[in-house]
Order: sequence, then structure tokens, then C-alpha cells
Amino acid sequence: MTAIATVLPVEVPAAKRLPGYLPVWAFIMAEMLLFAMLFASYAFARVDNVEMFNLHQQTLDRNAGAINTLLLVTGSWFVVLAVQAARRDDSRAASRGIGLGFLCGAGFLAIKVFEYGSKFGEGIFFSTNTFYKFYFSLTFFHFMHVILGMVVLAILWLKTRQSAYGSHDVHGLESGAAYWHMVDLLWIVLFPLVYVMR
Amino acid sequence: MSAFFLNPANRAWLVLLVATGATWWLGDVGAAGTGAILAMLAIAFIKGRLVILEFMELQGAPLVWRLLLEGWLILVGGLILLAYWISLK
Repeated sequence: MTAIATVLPVEVPAAKRLPGYLPVWAFIMAEMLLFAMLFASYAFARVDNVEMFNLHQQTLDRNAGAINTLLLVTGSWFVVLAVQAARRDDSRAASRGIGLGFLCGAGFLAIKVFEYGSKFGEGIFFSTNTFYKFYFSLTFFHFMHVILGMVVLAILWLKTRQSAYGSHDVHGLESGAAYWHMVDLLWIVLFPLVYVMR
Repeated sequence: MSAFFLNPANRAWLVLLVATGATWWLGDVGAAGTGAILAMLAIAFIKGRLVILEFMELQGAPLVWRLLLEGWLILVGGLILLAYWISLK
């Protein structure tokens, strides 16, 4: 009886662990600091041009911005489910999650292209005024990060198709997922700042 | 259906959808000024924190990484708040 008691599992709190690879997180931090500077530049440039910023902000397609937010948070959610599936050694569900995340990214890009197209159609460009200079630089810089995130997802998708990740090793998948979530996190700040706050 | 709510990632996603809807609505009604700015920053903070803790899974990471990411959110929110506060004066 006492012998049985000794082999019963003891609840040990899981060790603190950073998902993915450390250098990827260092890169993510650097990217985020760069965006922090851009966001602050926008906010402080607005101080001297409040009326102008408020006026031109009204011309932005808020619905497109909000739908794009929904696409990115949903894309992030699919990728989290993919990581969870890989840990269960379910590669099929993992590649499905990554694929759906990729599609959300593609939807984001499509809406953005439509948004830029309608601005160009109205004769509004980067050089139109200070507000649009910020609008185009911030959103386009983020747009490039969405593309890079999708390249990462495409690679992860191919690797999950080969069952490269599982309970034995999920670091690569976690690292790529973290980058994709960063793209989501940046838009969560960018959308209210540029499209809504006044 | 209740199994759906057992996964914290699913709960986080639902909150993110509702919070995005709230910001969208604030924009539609033309909310402006101190109260609106504080509300939007608070919503962005809640959303950002969910992404950091539940999606990036820093909930169970060494404290320094949690502090770095959450600190970034506080820094950005604080700078935006400061700039808007100056602009309202």
C-alpha cells in the first residue's frame, strides 16, 4: 500500500518556459521598439496639427480598418490552435490552422490594397499632407510585416505538412507563431490610433 | 459547446472580437475627447495583453519576457496618452 503511494505522480508546477527560440524574440522586441517610435511620432506630430489630423482621419475607411482587425485577431487565433494541435501530434489540424491563418493574412492584404486604391483614386498620396504621410508610412510598413509574416506561415505550413513538429519539438512553429502574433499586436495599437482616436 | 470555452485561446479570441466591435462602435458614433481616448486606449491595452499572454503564450514564460512585452504596451499607451493630453490643452 505504501509502495503504491510512492509511485503516484506528484503535482509539480511546470517550469517557466519561453515559447520558441530566444533570437526570434530579440528580433520581435527590436521590431516592436521601432513601431513604438513610429506610433509616438504620429501622436506627437498630431499635437501641432490637431485640426488637420482630425479632418483627414475622417476620410479613412474605418470599416476596412475594423474588418482588418477582426481578420488579424482571427488569423492569430487559428495559429494558436495550430500550435496546440502540433503539441498533440496532430499535424493535419496544425497545417489546417496555419493555412487558415495565412488566408486571414491574404484577406487583410486584399482589403488594404482596395483601401490604398480608393485613396489613390481620390488623388490622395503619401505627399498630400503630414497626416497622409503618417497614414501611408505606418500602414505600409505594417503591410510589409504582414507579408513577411505570411512568408513565415507558408514555410510553417509546408513543414507541418511534413509533420516536422510534434510533442518532441515545436520550437520552430512557436517562433513563427510569435512573429505572426506580433503583427496582430501592432495592428491592435495602429487601428485605434490612426483610424479612430481624436 | 462548453468544451469550446475550456480553451483559454478560444475565450481570448471572443473577447478580442467584442473589444474590436467596441472600438468600431466608438468610431461610428464619432466619440472624441478625453473620455473616448481613455476608453480606446483601455480597450487596446486589454486586447494587446490578451495577445501577449494567451496567443504569444507569455503567461507561462520567464517573468522578464512578460515584463518586456507588457512594458512595451504600457510605454506605447503612455506616450500616446501624453501626446493626446498635450493636444487637448
